[in-house]
Amino acid sequence: MTRGRAVSRRRTLTIVLAATVLAACGPDKAAPNESLASEVENRHVNVLYWQAVSTMNPYLSGGTKDVEAASLVIEPLANYDDKGEMVPVLAAEIPTRENGGVADDMTSITWTLKRDVVWADGTPFTARDVVFTGEYCLHEEIGCSADASFTDVQILEALDDHRVRLTFSVAKPVPYGPFVGAITPIIQYEQFKDCTGIRAPECTAENFGPVGTGPFKVDEFRANDVISFSANELFRESGKPWMKTVTLKGGGDAASSARAVLETGEYDYAWNLQVEPEILDQMATAGKGEVVMAFGTNVERLVVNQTNADAGFGPERRSLLLEGTNPHPFLADPVVRRALSLAIDRRLLVEAGYGPSGRVTCNIVPAPPSYASTANERCRKPDADEANRILDEAGWIPGADGVRSKGGIRLSILYQTSTNSVRQGTQALVKQMWQQIGVETELRNIDGGVFFGSDPASPDTFQKFYADVQMYTSNFQGADPEFYMAAWVCEEAPDPGNQWLGTNVARGCSAEFDGLAERLAATPYGDERFEIAKRMNDIVVQNHFLIPLVWRASTSARSMSLKGVRMNPWDSELWNIEDWHR
Amino acid sequence: MAEHYDAPPQEHRSPWMDVWLAFRNHTGALVGVGVFSFMVLAVLVGPFLHGVDPQYLDILTRNAGVSWTHPLGTDNLGRDVLAQMLAGGRVSLAVGFTAMLLSLVFGTAVGVLAGYFKRVDGLLMRTTDLFLALPLLPLLLVIIMLFRDTLRLAFGPETGIFLLIVFVIGITSWMQTARIVRGEVLAIKEREFVTAARGIGTRERRIVVRHVLPNVMSPIMVSATLGIANAIITESALSFLGLGFPPDFPTWGRLLFDGANFISITPARVIWPGLAISLTVLSVNYIGDGLRDALDPRLRGT
Repeated sequence: MTRGRAVSRRRTLTIVLAATVLAACGPDKAAPNESLASEVENRHVNVLYWQAVSTMNPYLSGGTKDVEAASLVIEPLANYDDKGEMVPVLAAEIPTRENGGVADDMTSITWTLKRDVVWADGTPFTARDVVFTGEYCLHEEIGCSADASFTDVQILEALDDHRVRLTFSVAKPVPYGPFVGAITPIIQYEQFKDCTGIRAPECTAENFGPVGTGPFKVDEFRANDVISFSANELFRESGKPWMKTVTLKGGGDAASSARAVLETGEYDYAWNLQVEPEILDQMATAGKGEVVMAFGTNVERLVVNQTNADAGFGPERRSLLLEGTNPHPFLADPVVRRALSLAIDRRLLVEAGYGPSGRVTCNIVPAPPSYASTANERCRKPDADEANRILDEAGWIPGADGVRSKGGIRLSILYQTSTNSVRQGTQALVKQMWQQIGVETELRNIDGGVFFGSDPASPDTFQKFYADVQMYTSNFQGADPEFYMAAWVCEEAPDPGNQWLGTNVARGCSAEFDGLAERLAATPYGDERFEIAKRMNDIVVQNHFLIPLVWRASTSARSMSLKGVRMNPWDSELWNIEDWHR
Repeated sequence: MAEHYDAPPQEHRSPWMDVWLAFRNHTGALVGVGVFSFMVLAVLVGPFLHGVDPQYLDILTRNAGVSWTHPLGTDNLGRDVLAQMLAGGRVSLAVGFTAMLLSLVFGTAVGVLAGYFKRVDGLLMRTTDLFLALPLLPLLLVIIMLFRDTLRLAFGPETGIFLLIVFVIGITSWMQTARIVRGEVLAIKEREFVTAARGIGTRERRIVVRHVLPNVMSPIMVSATLGIANAIITESALSFLGLGFPPDFPTWGRLLFDGANFISITPARVIWPGLAISLTVLSVNYIGDGLRDALDPRLRGT
């Protein structure tokens, strides 16, 4: 994905500042007797993740930052490349029905492992490690964050040292959930054998320093701060990784990490830059680095609460589905939801907050093309008049203050999201757009650590959803949305019964959707599968349980001297770090 | 005696006149009063003269420079910076003052009681220690989380949050005042004039109000001036964490935080709120300085 960068007019001050910065930290290691030192420095890469890494065991976290940091050390059997295609990593090949890896009745898959792969401690990598990893995540007491990938797995067995068979309880036409992608890497049996179940979180040394098969190994792990890696000499591909050491630093915010790569050049790579486009452009004029982006499946969306989030309710009722007996006073009205979506000018949101790293989308599944519905394109053109008309028709009449109401219920929305200046900008814009159709909006922003923290005791998590509308981005790994969409079935509504970890955050229910979700799981790749997925997308979007706003690129920055970065929106961004060079 | 009768009657001055005369001689304090009055006047009258809605977005004119319609330019969403400054000033000054008053009243009360009445000294000072030892931010988090929704229902989002923030800042910043005041009171209550007052049978309440309080005025004034600055800054920090006012509700602190990333694109967004906060804090400090000098008879006239 290339990116046109408009060079807008700059203030002299900026140029002077940038020049000073350049002069201060330019390459000054030219002295010949320092060539050794400079070679060491040359083969060191500084990576910046502004959300600090808290564990190297992705099964206990699920946070993108933790998954991606761990991907330097521990690897899955296969991952997704930058085109979204599956490529074997620890497996010799991708099992298919053609090569006999997937059984004809589609209830089992057999992975053949690469031979001669060794762990960083020199011991051989075998099928026992793979089976153990599956059992580790499937253990009832662990609270595995990747358990969605292991849905319906019934039996895990090692056929011999290099073959693993997974048997499913139902036919799985697309059996590439477990051990594919950075969220389900293989951990070493020898290291973790005493860390199963309830003891998993207690194994600090193991969780902070897993032994892996990947290109790097952990030298030092400081939780929520910095991790030092050095090259794994026993890495299966000779001559790789090119880099000898990696420092992965956490902390700060998106704008300051962008600055550290683009403007001051202190770091070589910075992750997830949700920063206003003009700031990124302005930083990039310093010439120290460039923004890399790729469009995957990230969609910034509004989630519309279908249950009553009235602050007057106690925890036994607030934002709980209660089998449909607790509907939202006005967002349960499809006309209101439709009007909210109609009023939004998505093009403006993209222009103000995202620039080239965002596109207007009307679908919650915007890619890959075979899964992207074409039935909702009307949303590209905002239509406040139509929104006003349908609200009038439905009996929502503007009051003296311009806010519509019906039967004493005012269209007054509490709209929350995480703290990020782009999101607050979007909030303000949407508020003004809704004002034009007589909807009053109160904005609230919550610290990202709390909002996405999934702490069942906090009232401010996105799963609790103690608000009327909320906004965030979500996506799916790989190129198939089955698990992603299965998360929105009715029974997945968050409540105390699932420790508020339910995934149907909008709490919207559609019998047709639930039926299609089951059919999708049982339908092989092909037109029928695509049609079912598109229909599911349309149900969610046309019911306006989720209102898609912006299709966001994964956006990171690399320094000019760092070569080999291939931005991957389908898997860990650091998926090919062994190929990074200068 | 005779000389006293000869003294011309027009030289008789009230104590407040003395204070004013002394205050008038303090240049810094006078400038402070000027700047501060200007600030207050600007935020009170300004919105009527510059009638742009501070929350109105016009994406077509974003990041604009200085012009007649937008005297201080616009931000990255096209909001008028001057209008935001004026609206934000109202909130920031109101928060700063109310929180300062609250912490002042509370701190002084605790300090005087603890210093003057030996029986409650231990209890009050240990309570003060307790509050000092509490980590401020987690405490704020808990308080806001517990009461936000209740207050929002009762008073609406903006008034509710205003009351909560003022209360929270006041309740967490009175300890220094209490300690300083207590120390002063301990010293003063042993002085001859207090013993004399007690000797002629003055009631305790009257001694505290007439003799002790006026003498601890200067440390209280200093605490007050520092308190305003503190309150404005704490409010900004809270807004930044998403615990304060709604994100589109301008305050000086929030404008500063929001503008920080745009410092090289639209420097006005950082310079003006920063200048406003600095000038307010500085002018209040100078006023406090002048008041202290003027209120203290020992310093007066030197």
